[in-house]
Amino acid sequence: MASLKSRRINPDKFHKSQLKFYAILIPVSAFMVLPILFIIFHAFKPIDELFAYPPRFFTTRPTLDNFKRLFTATTESNVPVSRYLFNSVVSTLFTVLFTLWVTASAGYVLSKKNFKGKDTLFTINTLALMFVPVAVSIPRFLVIVKLGLIDNFFAHILPLLAMPVGLFLVKQFIDQIPDSLIEAAKIDGASDYYILMKIIIPLIKPALSTVAILAFQTSWNSIESSAMFINDESLKTFAFYMNTLVSTTGNTVAGQGMAAAASLIMFLPNLILFIILQSRVMDTMMYSGLK
Amino acid sequence: MKVKQKFINRNSHWVLLSPYIILFCLFILIPVISAVVLSFTYFNAVQPPKFIGLKNYISLLTQDTVFMQKVLPNTIKYALIVGPGGYILSFIFAWMLAQIPKIPRTIIAILIYLPSMTSGVMMSTIWSIIFSGNQLGYLNSFLIEIGMITEPIQWLQSPEYLMTIVIIVALWSSMGVGFLAMLAGVLNVNEELYDAAYIDGVSNRFQEIIYVTIPSMKPQMLFGAVMAIVNTFTTSGLGVALSGSNPTPQYAAQLIVNHIEDYGFIRYEMGYAAAASVVLLVIVWIASRFSWSLFGEKD
Repeated sequence: MASLKSRRINPDKFHKSQLKFYAILIPVSAFMVLPILFIIFHAFKPIDELFAYPPRFFTTRPTLDNFKRLFTATTESNVPVSRYLFNSVVSTLFTVLFTLWVTASAGYVLSKKNFKGKDTLFTINTLALMFVPVAVSIPRFLVIVKLGLIDNFFAHILPLLAMPVGLFLVKQFIDQIPDSLIEAAKIDGASDYYILMKIIIPLIKPALSTVAILAFQTSWNSIESSAMFINDESLKTFAFYMNTLVSTTGNTVAGQGMAAAASLIMFLPNLILFIILQSRVMDTMMYSGLK
Repeated sequence: MKVKQKFINRNSHWVLLSPYIILFCLFILIPVISAVVLSFTYFNAVQPPKFIGLKNYISLLTQDTVFMQKVLPNTIKYALIVGPGGYILSFIFAWMLAQIPKIPRTIIAILIYLPSMTSGVMMSTIWSIIFSGNQLGYLNSFLIEIGMITEPIQWLQSPEYLMTIVIIVALWSSMGVGFLAMLAGVLNVNEELYDAAYIDGVSNRFQEIIYVTIPSMKPQMLFGAVMAIVNTFTTSGLGVALSGSNPTPQYAAQLIVNHIEDYGFIRYEMGYAAAASVVLLVIVWIASRFSWSLFGEKD
């Protein structure tokens, strides 16, 4: 039995039988992370090192030149980079907040309320888990036109708010909360809005963190809205700016340095948010099962 | 005022649900339905759509040689490798991670998850520098260094390499939410089940996975599968991003998503593009049905 214990799932400490897993996992994680490390080093290289042959992985003289060039560069229409960054921050912030609000209230209703059509709604949402937005980019564009949202800042936000995966995870998570808790509050005369705000939301923080991360990633990385729904250059986002930067200057060495710096700015918020919230995400994933 | 208050409280479930339902309808349901409707029309975005029946589908399947000879085979090849391939790899990594203690597990899991946070544009920046076509490209200089090639290769412009590169990059970025769900799934299998299985005659770890681990985490397996399918088709526009042109050189990495953009936003044949979208949605749906039959709970 002792041998069996030592190789069980979720061990407490290191055992040499685990070496074979490390032997595979460490090279794999190196393959995953090297391209990202590489772009980080690249962002800090001075221009002669970007040109250097043979190219070097590490930088010996880190500088902020690429970032300086990125921020002093302007597009043809004279929009400064900080403006794109500002648009990205604002639209992402609103996307995350609205997504949390919309998802938490819908999740609560679908989990704890009884009414006609509830199961149908959840089934439709489960089907929508396999929704691939890129497949319907054209009709989505037409919807935006019909709503008069072309060149409106909300075109960055509204299309991203209904997130089937988010609603699914939140609803599954609320299912774990005992009904008795809600019944007790009801007897005390609490309304649904009160229950949602004061009981449910504090209890489902892990699930909401996960939704926040997913919403953040979708919005922060999105170029669809800037490319298709917005013509006004001063309303476009940083991800879009980076995309044009890459396609116009991508082949020049100075452009590469700027693109690397921009990549880093794109990537860091994702990384920091995930590291802070990762244990909550894992808690949510326990209830992610689809039946 | 009182009446209004009462109404809001009695119908609180609809009040709370309505924002989601409205947004869902506007940006998911209506687009899907209008894709289906538009696919039966000729629509160039200037004149109103004209009903033409199945003509778009017929020409898609019989006259569009690019679609039948390049786009569809490419999409199938790409989807079969990246979908099930990425899915099986993420299960294997999740399972292995469950065999090591918590702290190294968390670190390695984050490292494996990192690439899925990169967006399309970041992916193409990173990889186009690595695969850059002159001798300053990392791969080229490495291969010249070890003497495998003498002249730099135009990786991203040559039809014979582009598809392989797209597949590698897509696999690299495929360890996302589904991977995390499966990791949580493996970690939550009841340990007594393993003991019981060993008493019942399971004798090695492979049997353990087949008879205990996977059956006890079917719901997570299914969730992971659906996420893998969605991710596969969402990242499939990569060829255009990497090569910098739509269509990709000799249509080498042209997938349905690129074909839709090509017809929809470059040639403004929106009805035709909608027909291609419907084909894509059907492929996604079939793939999901298949996963459901593998892991779904039979009632």
